[in-house]
Amino acid sequence: MRAVVTVIGKDRTGIIYNVSKILAENNVNIEDISQTIMDDFFTMIMLVNLDNMSIDFNVLKNELEKIAETIGMSIRIQHEDLFNAMHTI
Amino acid sequence: MTMFKDVLETVRMIEKERLDIRTITMGISLLDCIDSSGEKSRQRIYDKITHLAENLVKEGERIETELGIPIVHKRISVTPISLIAGSSSDLNYVEYAKILDAAAATVGVNFIGGFSALVPKGFTKGDRILIDSIPEALATTNNVCSSVNLGSSKSGINMDAVKRIGEVIKETAYLTRDADSIGCAKFVAFANAVEDNPFMAGAFHGIGEAESVLNVGVSGPGVVKRALERSQDASFGEMAEIIKKAAFKITRAGHLVGTTVAERLNVPFGILDLSLAPTPEVGDSVARILEEMGLEHCGTHGTTAALAMLNDAVKKGGIMASTSVGGFSGAFIPVSEDEGMIEAVECGALTFDKLEAMTSVCSVGIDMVAIPGDTPATTISAIIADEAAIGVINNKTTGVRLIPVYGKDVGESAEFGGLLGHAPIMAVNKNDSSIFINRGGHIPAPIHSFKN
Repeated sequence: MRAVVTVIGKDRTGIIYNVSKILAENNVNIEDISQTIMDDFFTMIMLVNLDNMSIDFNVLKNELEKIAETIGMSIRIQHEDLFNAMHTI
Repeated sequence: MTMFKDVLETVRMIEKERLDIRTITMGISLLDCIDSSGEKSRQRIYDKITHLAENLVKEGERIETELGIPIVHKRISVTPISLIAGSSSDLNYVEYAKILDAAAATVGVNFIGGFSALVPKGFTKGDRILIDSIPEALATTNNVCSSVNLGSSKSGINMDAVKRIGEVIKETAYLTRDADSIGCAKFVAFANAVEDNPFMAGAFHGIGEAESVLNVGVSGPGVVKRALERSQDASFGEMAEIIKKAAFKITRAGHLVGTTVAERLNVPFGILDLSLAPTPEVGDSVARILEEMGLEHCGTHGTTAALAMLNDAVKKGGIMASTSVGGFSGAFIPVSEDEGMIEAVECGALTFDKLEAMTSVCSVGIDMVAIPGDTPATTISAIIADEAAIGVINNKTTGVRLIPVYGKDVGESAEFGGLLGHAPIMAVNKNDSSIFINRGGHIPAPIHSFKN
């Protein structure tokens, strides 16, 4: 099962480090990553694989929210299904 | 991987444009709970609901977390209680409402619909008792919703029921007078009621439905409005296209949520109702979509045409997105639940008569409208008759959810709180309709050809 991690906020150092650290610690593999600066906002989207995840989805979500608060960004993790449903026919 | 901009679009819709799944509603048949003993029947009802819906809220919340999209309400609809209670010897069905209320509280849903009767052609003994029990049932329960279907395109309008429902609404308003007659907000009088509607207050589980199903109601007026905002110079054809695309995406999200929840609860997925359902929150208004099209205020000339186009485009986009579209599927125009509607009434742009015209081209009908508390029951019945006629002649569902706010008049407003919002009291025609309503009987079914 795959999920999409969206990171949006003011650009600063260590964003990718902080997010990927949590993912790595919990055995979540990053399959794809793209980022850009939009309207002065750092915007990153990661496609991650949860098949070997060592913790519960809810716990991972909370961990990401905690780090989001620490680095002052918005971080969301959502199942890939939602995006596929809404944007593909 | 889904395109970068698509991901951001979905995130924006949820975070900024209030895209949400308005409700997941589990329909439960109570036909096997019928018993000649009311007490035994009620025990079975409680046991069945609490067993089947045990995990509804938990699974709903889990999927909310996984998909990152809010599911605002988890609800239950049941077989119309008049059909279940009719074979008991009880002479009052308030206890049935109380057991539904208790079951709803146990499983943690915020509304349970189905304290209902279907009487387009006539009453059974159970129908009469149920209708007589409505005021007390709504006054003594918190989460029970009630509805009566009193007309259909196939069989015409039961004018005896129309007359009686006017009185029932007045009685309910009186019994809940301490809370601005809020009991009336939990009751709908329908013509052509749909059997798979997930939205309250009119949800019930029709007798043609399966044992148990999961229905979904999506929403998203904010998404449609923002899409139109980005295309200021669009022609009508282009606007219709924009609305269709937005409706398509909203519907797909709803379909995914519905099928996933249904699978996890091990019940069949029923239907997806893709109605645009507003809330009193800013940015979640159907009226503001109509204004975005270029109307100074909702209710001015042009509003009916704008609403007709919106409603039709929403249906077209949604039907492409899911094969399980049902319920009402269009745009709701409840006054107290829509911040733009409230303002339109308060500034005098939207009158009762215009609202009635609007109901001829969109979902539902005169919905969540507060009227003076001293409005005669026969006038309320006449309003219901007008709406039923619009539905019956045009082969569409119409509903009336009126609140004659006890002790209040035009210029004041009723405060219901939460999703039900607040409603400025609207003036109704003061001329008498009582001789018309007191005739009683039945308006025959309309002819279905020679349409002009």
